[in-house]
Amino acid sequence: MRPLTEEETKVVFEKMASYIGRNIAFLVDNKDDPHVFRLQKDRVYYVADRIAKFATSIARPNLMSLGICLGKFTKSGKFKLHVTAIPILSQYAKYKIWIKQNGEMPFLYGNHVLKAHIGRMSDDIPEHAGIIVYSMSDAPLGFGVSAKSTVESRNLQPTAIVAFRQSDIGEYLREEDTLFT
Amino acid sequence: MGNRRHKNKQGAPPTYEEFSQKKLKRDQKRKRSDSVSESKPPKNLKKDIVEKPKLSKKTKKVDENDEKEIIKRQREEEKLLPEVDFEELASAKKSLFDDDDGEEEELNDEFDIENGEGEEGEGEDDEEFYDSEEDARERPMFSDDEDEDLDDLNAANMEALSAKLDEEAALEAEEAEEELIQSKTIQPRAKVLPTEEELALENQSGAKDLTVLRTRMIEIVKVLEDFKRLAEVGTSRAEHTDRLLQDICDYFGYSRFLAEKLFNLFSPSEAMEFFEANEIARPITIRTNTLKTKRRDLAQTLVNRGVNLQPIGPWTKVGLQIFDSQVPIGATPEYLAGHYILQAASSFLPCMALAPEENERVLDMASAPGGKTTYLSALMKNTGCIFANDANKARTKSLIANIHRLGCTNTIVCHYDAREFPKVIGGFDRVLLDAPCSGTGVIAKDESVKTSRTEKDFIQIPHLQKQLLLSAIDSVDANSPTGGYIVYSTCSVMVEENEAVVDYALRKRPNVKLVETGLEIGKDGFTSFRGKTFNPKLSLTKRYYPHTYNVDGFYVAKLKKIAPSPHDVSKAGAKEKESLARAEEEEEGIIHDDFANFDDEKDDELIEKSKVRHLKRKGINPNNK
Repeated sequence: MRPLTEEETKVVFEKMASYIGRNIAFLVDNKDDPHVFRLQKDRVYYVADRIAKFATSIARPNLMSLGICLGKFTKSGKFKLHVTAIPILSQYAKYKIWIKQNGEMPFLYGNHVLKAHIGRMSDDIPEHAGIIVYSMSDAPLGFGVSAKSTVESRNLQPTAIVAFRQSDIGEYLREEDTLFT
Repeated sequence: MGNRRHKNKQGAPPTYEEFSQKKLKRDQKRKRSDSVSESKPPKNLKKDIVEKPKLSKKTKKVDENDEKEIIKRQREEEKLLPEVDFEELASAKKSLFDDDDGEEEELNDEFDIENGEGEEGEGEDDEEFYDSEEDARERPMFSDDEDEDLDDLNAANMEALSAKLDEEAALEAEEAEEELIQSKTIQPRAKVLPTEEELALENQSGAKDLTVLRTRMIEIVKVLEDFKRLAEVGTSRAEHTDRLLQDICDYFGYSRFLAEKLFNLFSPSEAMEFFEANEIARPITIRTNTLKTKRRDLAQTLVNRGVNLQPIGPWTKVGLQIFDSQVPIGATPEYLAGHYILQAASSFLPCMALAPEENERVLDMASAPGGKTTYLSALMKNTGCIFANDANKARTKSLIANIHRLGCTNTIVCHYDAREFPKVIGGFDRVLLDAPCSGTGVIAKDESVKTSRTEKDFIQIPHLQKQLLLSAIDSVDANSPTGGYIVYSTCSVMVEENEAVVDYALRKRPNVKLVETGLEIGKDGFTSFRGKTFNPKLSLTKRYYPHTYNVDGFYVAKLKKIAPSPHDVSKAGAKEKESLARAEEEEEGIIHDDFANFDDEKDDELIEKSKVRHLKRKGINPNNK
């Protein structure tokens, strides 16, 4: 377990910023309960500072996880956000899409968000921006990128894709074997 | 007042003697009360003289203490009553009537009331007479009238009424007992054990007839319950038990070894209940994740999805029991969003016993798949720090999944052999040890236990458990201001894995003591078992059986560490690290004390020589100074 290098931090922050924009400042700058980013094996964890300190007493091969896992670095050095980051992303999300009850299950099975399933969405979503998907009861379901801007998506067919799914909470079941180790 | 259930039960009808006597008395009274309506209460009856001032006094100043005392006294007297024959009672009443003693008088007043409906009416009449309510006097008595008795309850008649109800209950119980005894005595001493030939025939026919086995088991259990009375002459208890065990093995499919072990834990009838409960699956239960939602909201959403559910019981505020569901309960959007987790009701118990407080540091030594860890985290409201350990790396996967799904941010997941623990990091406020066990409490879940467990398991597993418990104790900070607790739990019902392990730890670590688990349900742990005597404090631990609470078989013990011990060394502390480094240095240093001393004279000579040589080489004559 170690802190991120300058370069790694840049990659991670760039990725996160596409979903939460400038709100990323809240992640780094939390006076009451300072949080830190930690790299263990190839995974990045976002964790309270005091917990990170406790975790130093666990040997590297034995430490499996701490705090919240944000995602992992791929072999090519890119950063991939995991669904486990959803509590943080949903808290500071910039662009949101709410989907109706009838769209929940299709989304959780790994499908993209269709126009017909949309309950409401933020007004100012541009094209290809990171969005967070919520159920109508405000429970975060996953995240993705918008296929069209809000304005454009108003005149789409009901079957047209409004947002591409990147990750959804259905992965807790579907990807259990690969997601956590 | 007494149990209202009895109020609608009609008492036993009076005997003919009593009845006729009553009639006589009633006539008397009628005459008497007629005279009362005109003038003062009649003085001709001794009873009235004694009783009246007493009652009126009571109505005037309702001294509660007094009453309580009297009621208590009455109860004591009543305790003796069930021994007394009904007839005797009646005669005693008659004789008591002539007694002057105030208390006795009261007692006999009770008898008046209790000895049957008719008399009850009379008793009532008496009282109403004293209260000078004349209108009700002539009213015929019905069993339903008792309702009114309760309604117009007042200080004067309260104790009498309560006494009456108690009395009735006692009588009923007595009758039931009598009936039971009769039915028992009527039963012939049935021959329940099969003969050699019958057995041979049974074995020959291949598949055994289960109904025959079942009836035989029930019969043998009945005989064992009351061996003296019911056993066939010339048979021993051992023979019966032996046959019963063999039948249990055949019927339920246990290995003989395990069946015997489990059978020894209970009385024969309770053992049968236990074995039968193991054939039925426990209800599916879920735990609300209080970090994300409330139980009421969750229940509402699930009901809307077509799930039939209900709270588990009054002892937990987060559990829900699922009866049936139209959707897979482990794949609803709420499940994926982490609003609940599928968790057996029994595994709530150790977490509730541990009761972690906010901002504490807690260790869960064997945590996969994370039901208990996430519950602890929810109890601590995501503050403090939880170390979730599991020895099996593959199982940490589900642990991490559950931790993330339920949004527990205060956890550190590691995989160590938990026995290493005080060395990895110690000084925890609380430690939860849900030890790996033989699983004899969850046979309903895992049938393979029935046959796979051997004697070796019951030596190896407790051995591991003992080591783990000692590690758990050593990992706790005795001086923690809020905690210092260890909870030990297993999903086994065996004494070897439960009481014996805790008893061992108490002997090995005198710096811990057993404390109350704080759990509302559960049976007390054994303090002795088959010749072994344990620490008497072991009664503070709790046992759970599938047939009593409809949870898995379970055991929970809570310990408090009261003092530090030399076993608490941790490799992680700064002090320990320093002393470790010093020790290493000492070990690795090349020069030890036994190395040769310096000889200064010889050294000087050598130094001189080398100087001379040095000068010569430079071409300087050393003697040329």
